[in-house]
Amino acid sequence: MVTAADVWEALAEIPDPEIPVVSLVDLGVVREVAVEDGRARVDFTPTFLGCPALEVMRDAMAERLRALGVEPEIRVRSDEGWSTDRITPEGREKLRAAGLSPPAPRAAGAPTLVELQTSVFRCPYCGSTDTKLENVFGPTPCRSLRYCASCRQPFEQFKTL
Amino acid sequence: MNELLLELADDEFVIGWRDSEWTGIAPVLEEDVAFSSIAQNEIGHARALYELVARDLGTTADELAFDRPPEEYRCSALVALRLVPDWARTIARRYLYEQADERRLAKLKASDDPEVAGVAEKIDREEAYHRMHAQMWFDRLRDEPRFVEALEELRPLVDQRPAELGELWEEMTSVRRSVAGATW
Repeated sequence: MVTAADVWEALAEIPDPEIPVVSLVDLGVVREVAVEDGRARVDFTPTFLGCPALEVMRDAMAERLRALGVEPEIRVRSDEGWSTDRITPEGREKLRAAGLSPPAPRAAGAPTLVELQTSVFRCPYCGSTDTKLENVFGPTPCRSLRYCASCRQPFEQFKTL
Repeated sequence: MNELLLELADDEFVIGWRDSEWTGIAPVLEEDVAFSSIAQNEIGHARALYELVARDLGTTADELAFDRPPEEYRCSALVALRLVPDWARTIARRYLYEQADERRLAKLKASDDPEVAGVAEKIDREEAYHRMHAQMWFDRLRDEPRFVEALEELRPLVDQRPAELGELWEEMTSVRRSVAGATW
């Protein structure tokens, strides 16, 4: 019989469509899994509501669960229960290894431009702190663009949410 | 509550559409990236809000976004305006819109409905990055007469409804309407 643990394990094999080095479980976007009578309910939250990969993620999860032999019910929860603080330590390490700097911890208030311009953000390639903000926005809503003056390499920074 | 949510959803949907008109033609590449990303995220907010209303009304987000007659849209006159290629007015609109949006989201965050409050909280967290962008441009252009004029000109539109959606509605819904009887 398929258990919740089996479902978690299966979901951990699904790569994020935009950042395939991490899985959906690494990103912490899978909020809850419940298995009952051959049905598996998965609650997940997109990183940003404008995430272009939302449908792709939903379909990938449904397909994987069907292969496991359970009928999937994938629910998108658009509330505040997910934050970038929920990205697992393994997920953060995988992001860094792929040249994508993991998000800074969430602070009490909303992030500000001054913070992004003056706080320390480490280059994922050389580790230097001599980096500057190029653009708050990047190729997907969850990323900003920064430039490392030390190794002269542009890189992407996961936004804190 | 549905009316308020639809007002917000329509605003987010239409400003997302208008902001996306800058994709590929912004005055600098970084703004091309910024406007495309903001537009995508605003439309994502619209989707989440339409879904909340759709669940309540027994319809779908797509039907609410595309299949209503033009007179039922509740967006403001501010977002309905087509502003390309006027950068000063576009930035003025972004700034005014984000200010108004922040006030409205604050109200929704305090809603008794936990689902509404939760979505509003998430949207507000994401909008922080849009506000950052608007503020950066405001600081840059605050002394420019064309920008100051644009702010004064557009400010009253925040609380007004457009006289008619006309061309905007025609364009927004044209693909859905182009195939009779199609279920997308």
